[in-house]
This record gives sequence, C-alpha cells and structure tokens, in this order.
Amino acid sequence: MQNGARIEYDYSVAKAFTFATILFGIIGMTIGVVLAFQLAFPGLNNLAGEYGTFSRLRPLHTNGVAFGFTLSGIFASWYYIGQRVLKVSLKESPFLMTIAKLHFVLYFITILLAVVTLFMGITTSKEYAELEWPIDLLVVVWWVLWGISIFGLIGIRRERTLYISIWYFIASFITVAMLYLFNNMEVPTYFASGGYGSWIHSVSMYSGTNDALVQWWYGHNAVGFVFTVPIIAMIYYFLPKESGQNVYSYKLSILAFWGLLFVYLWAGGHHLIYSTVPDWMQTMGSVMSVVLILPSWGSAINMLLTMKGEWQQLQTNTLIKFMILASTFYMLSTIEGPIQSIKSVNAIAHFTDWIPGHVHDGVLGWLVFMIMAALYHMAPRMYGREIYSKSLMDTQFWLQTTGIVLYFTSMWIAGITQGMMWRAYDEYGSLVYSFIDTVTVLQPYYTIRAVGGLMYLIGFFMFAYNMYKTATAGRILDKEPVNATPVAA
Amino acid sequence: MFHWLEQRPFFFAVLVFVFVSFAGIIEVIPDFAKQSRPTVGTKPYSVLELAGRHVYIKDSCNACHSQLIRPFKSETDRYGMYSLSGEYAYDRPFLWGSKRTGPDLMRVGNYRTTDWHENHMMNPASVVPGTVMPAYPHQFDNIADLDTAYAEALTVKNVFNTPYDQDLDGDGQIDVKLGNYEDAIAAAKEEAKAIAADMKNQKVKDAVANGQVPEIVALIAYLNSLK
Repeated sequence: MQNGARIEYDYSVAKAFTFATILFGIIGMTIGVVLAFQLAFPGLNNLAGEYGTFSRLRPLHTNGVAFGFTLSGIFASWYYIGQRVLKVSLKESPFLMTIAKLHFVLYFITILLAVVTLFMGITTSKEYAELEWPIDLLVVVWWVLWGISIFGLIGIRRERTLYISIWYFIASFITVAMLYLFNNMEVPTYFASGGYGSWIHSVSMYSGTNDALVQWWYGHNAVGFVFTVPIIAMIYYFLPKESGQNVYSYKLSILAFWGLLFVYLWAGGHHLIYSTVPDWMQTMGSVMSVVLILPSWGSAINMLLTMKGEWQQLQTNTLIKFMILASTFYMLSTIEGPIQSIKSVNAIAHFTDWIPGHVHDGVLGWLVFMIMAALYHMAPRMYGREIYSKSLMDTQFWLQTTGIVLYFTSMWIAGITQGMMWRAYDEYGSLVYSFIDTVTVLQPYYTIRAVGGLMYLIGFFMFAYNMYKTATAGRILDKEPVNATPVAA
Repeated sequence: MFHWLEQRPFFFAVLVFVFVSFAGIIEVIPDFAKQSRPTVGTKPYSVLELAGRHVYIKDSCNACHSQLIRPFKSETDRYGMYSLSGEYAYDRPFLWGSKRTGPDLMRVGNYRTTDWHENHMMNPASVVPGTVMPAYPHQFDNIADLDTAYAEALTVKNVFNTPYDQDLDGDGQIDVKLGNYEDAIAAAKEEAKAIAADMKNQKVKDAVANGQVPEIVALIAYLNSLK
C-alpha cells in the first residue's frame, strides 16, 4: 500500500458474524419471551412435551443470547474495528483471512451443537458453562483462533499505538480463556471408567463448595468479560466515530481500564453471600463489588462527557440516542449490582426475581442496545448503502426502551415482594406465608415482564428487518460516510 | 509508562493477565482443601441416586429450585438446618441454583414422600394448587441411564477417592457399596423395586418388575436422599 492511499478493508467475516448476530438474537430473545409467558401462564409449559418446559428452555435462552447473539456481535465488531484502528486489511494476509473464516465456521457449528444438546438435556448444569466436554473443546479451538486473529492483526499493524478498543478486546480474550479453562475442568466418565455409559458425560473436577466458588468466579466474570469489556471496546470506537467527537479523557480511559481489570474478578464472590464459602470471601466479594462502581462509572462518564457541547446530536442522530441510552443503562446496572451485593440487601434479593431483573436492565439496555447501534453504524460502510428507515429506527428505540422499563420495574417489585414475604413472621413467631403464596402473588408482575419482553422482541424484529432492507434495498452511497451514519427518512 | 505499554502488545497482554489473575489466586485457592472435607455422616450417592441426580440435571430442576439453606431463621424454619460446606463434599457438580422460583430442596427428603413426588412430577398442581411448575410426565416413560451413573461412581471413586466400598462410621459395615458393574446395576434395580413399591403408577411398577428403571424412580431415589 502506498502512503496516503485508502486501505480497502475486507468485511466478509464481519458480515457473516452480523448475520449470525441477528439470527441468534431472534432465536435467543424469542425463547426468552416464551419463558416469560410460561411463568405468567404455566399452561404454556407442556406444549412440546419434555422439550418445551421452562427448565429445558432456560439454559437455551441464556446460551443463545450470551454466546449466540452477544459473541457474534462482538466478533462482527472485532472484524470491523480491528482492521480500522490497526490500519491493516484482512485482505493483506491470506493466513489471517483463513483463520477468520475458520473462526466463523467452527463458532457457528458450536452454537448449533449447543442448541441440539441443550434441547436433549445434555448439560453440566453449571450456569453459562452448561456445554459438555466435546463442545467445550470446540469452544477452546475457536477462542484460540480469535486470539490468533487479534494478535495476528496487531502483528502486521501500521498504526503503532493500540487504540483503547484493542485493549479491551485483548482483555476479553485473555480473561475469558483463563476463566473458561479452569471452570470447565472435568473428567469424561466413559474414558475414566473404562468404557461404561454415555461417552459425552463428564464429572466436574471440583466438588460442592469448591465447585460453587470456581463456578461463580467464572460465572460472574466470564459474563462480565463478554457482556461488559468488549462492549466498552465497541462504545470507545463507535461513539467518538459516530459523533465526530474525541474521547473526553485519555487518563480516565487508562484508569477505568486497569481499575476494571483489577477489581472485576473479585466480584464473583457476591453470588455466594450467606452460602457455605468462608465469610472472608463473601465479604471480599461484597466490598469489591462496591469498589467496582468506580471503574465502571469511569468508562460510562467518559462516554457521556464525550458528548460535551454536542448534546443536540441526540435530537438528530438516532444512533447517538442508542449509545447514550446504553451508557446510561450501564451506569444503572453497575450501581444496582453493588447495591445487591451489600449483605443485608443480598439477604432479601438473592434467589428472587430482582436478580434476573438486574441482569436484564444491563443486558437489554446496555449490551443489546450497543450491539444494535454498532451494527447500524457498520452496515452503511459494509454494504455501501444508506440505512433503510429512520422512522423504523426511532419507533424501535422507543418501543424497546418502554419494554426495558416495564421489565426491570416489574422485576424489582416482584423480587423485593418475594424476598420480604419469605421472611415475614407473625406476632406468634411463625412464618406468615407458605411458599406457594409467594409464587402466586407474582403473577401480575410476570405478566407485565412478559409484555415488556414482547415489546423488546418486536423492536428487535424491526431492527432485523431494517438491517435486511439496508443490505438489499438501501440507497447506494457513492462514498463512505465520515461520521454520522446516513439514514433514509 | 502507558505510552510505552500501549505500543507493545506482548507486554500489554502479560500485564492484563497479571491484573486479572490476582483475585483468583487470593480468593479461590487458600481454602480449597478445607472446604471439600466431608461432614461426619455425609455419604456418597448410590448408583440409583446418581442416575436420579442426572435426571434432575437433565431437566434443569436447578433452574428453579435451590439446594442451599441460608443461615436465617426464616429459612431454617421453612426448610431445616442451614447448609454446611462438608455436606456437599460428594456433589459434582454442586446444585445450589441461583433462583428460587420454587422452594429449596436441600433437605426435601425429610418432609416429602415418594408418593408426594410421584404426584408432583405427574401433575404439580394436584399437590400444590397455583404452582407455576411444568408437569414432567415423560419421566414416567424414559428409562434412566444406570450405566452412566455407574461410570460416574467408578470415576469419582478412582480419580477423587470418593469413599465407595468403605466403612465410614466404623461399625464394621460397608456404607455405600459399589462393587463391579454387575453388582452395582443389580443393587440399583433392587433399590428401585423398594421405591416402586410405594408408587401407584402401574406402568412404572411393571417396568421395574421387568428390570428397567424409569427416570421418575431414580429421581425420587435422589430426592429422598436429600436430608
């Protein structure tokens, strides 16, 4: 490449992952809405025999959304952002191109295998690590391929300094690899017993309390390093790019990054408060969760201040609206989590619907919004076409925002109601409510949540349709937009 | 310093690893050995109970039921003595759960019977009106996988020294017998007969009489063992 000439980036892999993001998003979120309605109307459980029950579908929902939708979105962004901030095209390296394509194919096969095995009830039962050992091995293979792709592109980069987004991608890669390997240590029983029973079955290396400790050290942090860290990588690229503003503070970026890495991993302990792990670990998990507010808010505030003096863009640019709402929900979710980690609050919140409520305001508000914004930003540059419809985008935004509000408010009320009812005593010192009383009281909240979820899902279908129309029927652009993404009226 | 670092991906990655390793080393490792020491009286699962545990996992009962009684009066009044670390020493994986859509099951064997569980799995509303739990009629038809349960018992015995075929309480008797494959499967089927005797579903009774163990029988064996 001559100096000053434009680099021709290759988006084939980014496009493939974009497709996967939308596909798995639809599948994962649809199952989520089905689950929500099943809790409100239990008759819906046995429509498909053993394959349609809440319990069988729940791991499918979490895996579908976490590892189907979210990871696809992250990989799509990586194969877009990586080339751009490192100033190098995938086209220049046939080796890295092959790795990237293999990465996509193996990843896609894994998710399909995950869906099939989870439907069949083949699961290790450890949350977000349900897949059995042969699929775990496959995951390790394509995770390594992603690593080769990251460090390979870095190796042939033209831009000497690594942009903030790259820091976060590296952190996500290394941390998830470490957590995943340790938590999934298991012994396949067929081989260890000399050939008895099912070959796919395995038994965990750790038992009881230790298993729980390793699992939540993984469970909290792997999700964090999939749901938070790469999403920060995305907002650090897309928000300044879309708004044409510089990141507010470089120092704050550094502080928030290293602070997050150091503090985050401790927080897993807050899943084990009042369990049988030693008290000092519970306290550690609790305290560090509160400390975690600082680096989390550091990034979020850095993003909000990036818009300093440019707030009018919120009125004109729907994508900025998506990203600012995402940052705001990140702040909400990262103040809510620490509150739930305080021991006295945890005593009421743990095991109740406030917890899925917390997860979902983070996931629906922060992560899915940011991923959709990223794909909207990428689409015109990848397909050379204008976004198909602004009014669809606006409608989607408000529909989904309303959906989130219904979701988290109903779950807050449901969770606190249930937690308080479990511990209610009458004047004679007996429990006031039987367990079933604390279940039936939640029905209205479950219904509201299901409606909120449905609104969100409809919004996601609008997104999918808008993306499809953009790729196939959007007005063709004669040159790549610099900042604000062009959208048809 | 960071200007230097952000131009050197290798050192950058190493530093990231150091930063994220800290918590694991300090928080996870120190009490590892102590926490896996069994409480007096804790026994490994029989092959039938393990097969039932696999059914529990297969149908993700842990998605809605916890097995962890917290040290609050409201919980010990409702479910029994709070949980101790050593009681889980033979639980691979742990099944604490993270959400109580239904009640805790840590000590369900103390206050529910075979008959109750049979009704509950066939039609939950028949014993708990207003419940949101799905029915699990397929557990009455599917046959439990005793071979895999045996494979797991043998694996944990050989790899993790789980005390099968040992006298744990010093009364001269073996507490949980595993033996060889034939012995173990035969023993599991005997155990299944005792449970089926307390059940009323004729199909299940016939299957057990014919030497087959439906999933529901194994699951009930497991639930009855939770004490």
